Amino acid sequence: MSLMPHPVAGRFGDFGGRYVPESLIPACAAVADAFTEAWADKTFRDELDNLLAVYAGRPTPLTPALNLGAQLGIALWLKREDLAHTGSHKINNVLGQALLARRMGRTRLIAETGAGQHGVATATAAALLGLSATVYMGTRDIERQRLNVHRMEMLGATVVPVTSGSRTLKDATNEAMRAWVADTDRAHFLLGSVGGPHPYPWMVREFQRVIGAEARRQASFTPDVVVACVGGGSNAAGTFAGFVDTPARLVGVEAAGGAAMSSGAPGVVHGARSMVLQDAEGQVAEAESIAAGLDYPGIGPEHAHLGAIGRAEYRTATDDEVVAAVGRLARTEGIICAFESAHAVAWVLRAAGTPDLPTGSAVVLTLSGRGDKDMR
Amino acid sequence: MNLLPGVARGRKALVPYLTGGITADWTDYLHAFEAAGADAIEIGLPFSDPMLDGVTIQQASDHALARGATVASILADLAATRVGVPLVVMTYANLVVRAGPAAFCARLAEAGVSGLLVSDMPVDEVAEVEQAAADAGLALILLVAPVTTDERLAEIARRARGYLYAISVMGTTGERATLAGSAATLAARAKAVTDLPVLVGFGISGPAQAAEAGQVADGVVVGAALMRRILDGATPGELGVDLAAMRAALD
Repeated sequence: MSLMPHPVAGRFGDFGGRYVPESLIPACAAVADAFTEAWADKTFRDELDNLLAVYAGRPTPLTPALNLGAQLGIALWLKREDLAHTGSHKINNVLGQALLARRMGRTRLIAETGAGQHGVATATAAALLGLSATVYMGTRDIERQRLNVHRMEMLGATVVPVTSGSRTLKDATNEAMRAWVADTDRAHFLLGSVGGPHPYPWMVREFQRVIGAEARRQASFTPDVVVACVGGGSNAAGTFAGFVDTPARLVGVEAAGGAAMSSGAPGVVHGARSMVLQDAEGQVAEAESIAAGLDYPGIGPEHAHLGAIGRAEYRTATDDEVVAAVGRLARTEGIICAFESAHAVAWVLRAAGTPDLPTGSAVVLTLSGRGDKDMR
Repeated sequence: MNLLPGVARGRKALVPYLTGGITADWTDYLHAFEAAGADAIEIGLPFSDPMLDGVTIQQASDHALARGATVASILADLAATRVGVPLVVMTYANLVVRAGPAAFCARLAEAGVSGLLVSDMPVDEVAEVEQAAADAGLALILLVAPVTTDERLAEIARRARGYLYAISVMGTTGERATLAGSAATLAARAKAVTDLPVLVGFGISGPAQAAEAGQVADGVVVGAALMRRILDGATPGELGVDLAAMRAALD
């Protein structure tokens, strides 16, 4: 049996579930039913696969990072989600959910965004499929990811600034869920990561599975280590899904200031039981990271489960390490990656040549997005 | 347990909501509510991420947390206050999970609380708290919504204790100009399947809406309208006047 199976009752071991107010239960159930049906429907799968190929640019390459690899004494391969349309892996999930929303007769997409990559992908899919899009974004993220706000508006989406709480992804998610409660008949909540109430953690992982499946097919070797950055954890979940049944170590790298796995405790936020950064009474802490997309106090419940059973390991990288990693990858390989993705690079830089990542290791690293948004 | 004995005698229940710790002397509002004819009082334990709450109760929660209110301080304040009507704690799952359901419910009971409502624990997820609440002698109140199916409504009614809280409208808590038509429909559906009192909440903003809701349900919960007044500086005495007007409209 796979370690990443279809969750029973929305549970991944002790984690997951559907912790939402009664008003949202039928809407969640409708998404679960529709996804279950669509995922088993060849017509739906063919339509999505075709869009991923002719529109999103899949398969993305698996690039050997020969220069950096030689410097580090490892074989390093980069799964290039930065080359997907809109500049990150977010498009994989968004095209899937947008097709599902249209199949369900929904006319409006509601999304949250942190770095803006999920918001841009949502605005893109809405434009393509003739749906409207409302994207909630914290004002702190609007300030630091201005380019993506312009992109969303250019694509015809409405960007709603969120001023509550820490004014980042956590608060944008609250606001998107509030908007959904008031419009469940027309709107689909297009959650961008593997968190949230069932079926989202499962559904988003399935839509992102393409990352890991492609990488495994493309790799001419069996990797010793598969590594990806983790905020909510969607690119990591999709990557891990392709390698969970191999001997490869699975490593997720969190922002040191948003490390739910390393510094959190079990809790419930945004509809799922998972690991959560919080105080002793359960008030959710405000994460703090240079990478808006990882500036999040929770993590997807399946990661909490994979960590609890020891199948995946979770590490952290500091803001300083991340900035250095962006520069080093740029100068050695000619690839400017996003701050988020650079967390995985930073861990490899730190660990290579140590017992944690011995010389000679074969590593597949998912580069989740490109760094244009971080240039200023 | 019966939190609202007056309902059996034909009295319409008036249940105001108060964010715990919203002001330094917040428990004075409890006495004002009781004097104005409240049948029970819901105490909100403020949570950092109240996703079912609209802007008013978000502000009230943020305000209380910014003042330094904690679960411990609010329960200590309650334990030191004598109120003659049942108190129900309303909060979010993370505060319950963090403490552990058994410990959390025991602490509530020690502070004199009689009921618990966890906004983001639907009936499907409530089992662990259900037992803990029962062991602590707390009534576990559950929500029903306009979109709740008949099958779920029956299950929720079977497992709820104290009263059934009918969410009047699809949306968050908050003041609204009129009572949604969905309130009457839902209240009637709920009353058909339970002997528990059925209370309508969300958007009960004044006496007219209270009276209207009282026509179809066993009573009302009033939250955001009162919290807006407190955020704007209204005293316990002034809020007592507001609530008394709703009492009169219900009677």
